Amino acid sequence: MPKIDNIDSLLQAPDERGHFGPYGGRFVSETLMGALQELEALYEKVANDPSFREEFDRDLAHYVGRPSPLYFAERLTREVGGAKIYLKREDLNHTGAHKVNNTIGQALLAKYMGKPRIIAETGAGQHGVASATVAARLGLECKVYMGIDDVKRQALNVYRMKLLGAEVVAVESGTRTLKDAMNEAMRDWVTNVDSTFYIIGTAAGPHPYPKLVRDFQCIIGREAREQCLTQEGRLPDALVACVGGGSNAIGLFHPFIADESVRMIGVEAGGYGVETGDHAAPLCAGRPGVLHGNRTYLMADDAGQIQGTHSVSAGLDYPGVGPEHSWLKDCGRAEYVAVNDDEALAAFRMLTRVEGIMPALESSHAIAHAVKVAKEMSPDQIVVVNLSGRGDKDIHTVAGIDGIEL
Amino acid sequence: MNRIEACFTSLKSQNRKALIPYVTAGDPQPGVTVGLMHAMVEAGADIIELGVPFSDPMADGPVIQLACERALAHNTRLVDVLAMVAQFRETNNETPVVLMGYLNPVEMMGYEAFAEQAARAGVDGVLTVDLPPEESEAFVAAMKANAIDVIYLLAPTTEESRIEAVCRYGSGYVYYVSVKGVTGSAALDVDEVSRKLEVVRRHTDMPVGVGFGIRDGASAAAVGEVADGVIVGSVLVNQIAEHAENPDAIKTNVSAILTQMRSAMDA
Repeated sequence: MPKIDNIDSLLQAPDERGHFGPYGGRFVSETLMGALQELEALYEKVANDPSFREEFDRDLAHYVGRPSPLYFAERLTREVGGAKIYLKREDLNHTGAHKVNNTIGQALLAKYMGKPRIIAETGAGQHGVASATVAARLGLECKVYMGIDDVKRQALNVYRMKLLGAEVVAVESGTRTLKDAMNEAMRDWVTNVDSTFYIIGTAAGPHPYPKLVRDFQCIIGREAREQCLTQEGRLPDALVACVGGGSNAIGLFHPFIADESVRMIGVEAGGYGVETGDHAAPLCAGRPGVLHGNRTYLMADDAGQIQGTHSVSAGLDYPGVGPEHSWLKDCGRAEYVAVNDDEALAAFRMLTRVEGIMPALESSHAIAHAVKVAKEMSPDQIVVVNLSGRGDKDIHTVAGIDGIEL
Repeated sequence: MNRIEACFTSLKSQNRKALIPYVTAGDPQPGVTVGLMHAMVEAGADIIELGVPFSDPMADGPVIQLACERALAHNTRLVDVLAMVAQFRETNNETPVVLMGYLNPVEMMGYEAFAEQAARAGVDGVLTVDLPPEESEAFVAAMKANAIDVIYLLAPTTEESRIEAVCRYGSGYVYYVSVKGVTGSAALDVDEVSRKLEVVRRHTDMPVGVGFGIRDGASAAAVGEVADGVIVGSVLVNQIAEHAENPDAIKTNVSAILTQMRSAMDA
């Protein structure tokens, strides 16, 4: 396995065909090739266009509310008794999660392409809400695909999307969660490719999505790096972020890739425990394969069928992962671990009680692992955790676990 | 000459077009498939496209999605599909069989292992929906080494600059997707298809099959006027769904549709 002697190739990835080492690429039906080429060409053009960047930065500042704070969680740090724990407060963004950074960017692309209609897939509903939000703002028609099981467990976000004017389609095929929502969104896109822009919510899918989603989310890591230098006068020692598809994690990690002293730890959903098979941790317990347009680590059986996943958090309940994470794993630049439902729930309660910050169940996975990591580090060291979203949407789930009907 | 080439050559000499039915292997249960393949040949099928079930058939509409779910409920794996082809070959050595499916099951088996086993089973061509030519190099090499044709899709959205590339990598025939949409979508526009096929033919001498949106004798005959092959799937799979409990009725009804298409195309 190559070790960290290829930082340059990590920084330059993907290549022009969208490959991150052996991962990524563009594995789609011929029907979508034209649309992906069109998107790629536009993105190449605008990525370095100052007026596009200006518009994007302005929206991030005035609509999303960036920069998000890098908050020193002093009481949590004291409770844990180890490294200083900082939280990158993506939960304070408009719509309550990091997802909006990407939807702002992609909606701008849709506007540049003159597409009157956007579609999106969503798991926890955060990406769906962020998509419906930008659609409302730009006056675009918006349809959001969501697995019917997720529609039930994220009822609050479903209603938010409806209030924003989006149509939410409950997907009943397959395992009825995020992967099936993505299948259905792709089917819609194939059918309505002329009028429709597909806003993929995570750094996965066919090229150029993993690259452009990463680029839009990199604002997280760029800010965190600068803030840490300003507030602490040095870089952090470790970064911790949850990984479903992996957009918040890649956004935090990528600007630190060349900083070899900084450990990068992605936290997957261990569900009932990786050893039980009921989890959503392809990097920890899966193998490479091809799904949803890219080659990446997947949860698949010996015959190549995609397996059902389980996580208490809908946003992590996905059998694949962004291809750049697969490459970072193989190269040894990032580490990936899994945190079980129970540990994530305990972290949710802990952060709520100790800091007065209610994290999303997705982000709670990162908190749970950051606590473990910080405990083993010295007080002069620094851990930055991406608090990717707020937990309001999960109150129903947590109450249900407590046996309380709201 | 392999079976696909022989098939199109023979049809051409008779001034006829290929009727190419699609069914998902293992649907509604594995025991039905081989008998159904033979029945389709008797009803006038020239080439059989056999679907390899996949858990996430992104380019397919609800009809074929559900077919995959039925087949997977009986755990129909790629190796089982290959065994069905081998069994079919015990009594049929002429009719070409093309496997149609998604890449991941083949990835898990490995390209070389798959190509060798498929050739041994009597598979003539492979159409992998989510494997465009740009990602195909190693795949094509493995298939070619085992004399298996790699068949690609062309779509209404495929620009002329890519048609040539797609045709260069492919062999056997080209599958033109007649509509923007998933399998089982709305009716096709034959004039539009005809115009596009003119462009395709400027870039290849390969036969062109047309699929998506063909549901009856009339649409099959109309497409047969402009294409070398008529590919029909969802309308047959609908019959399988409807008569899932009664394999004889599946054979009878699928055969009836194919017979009607055959006679309309030959008229």
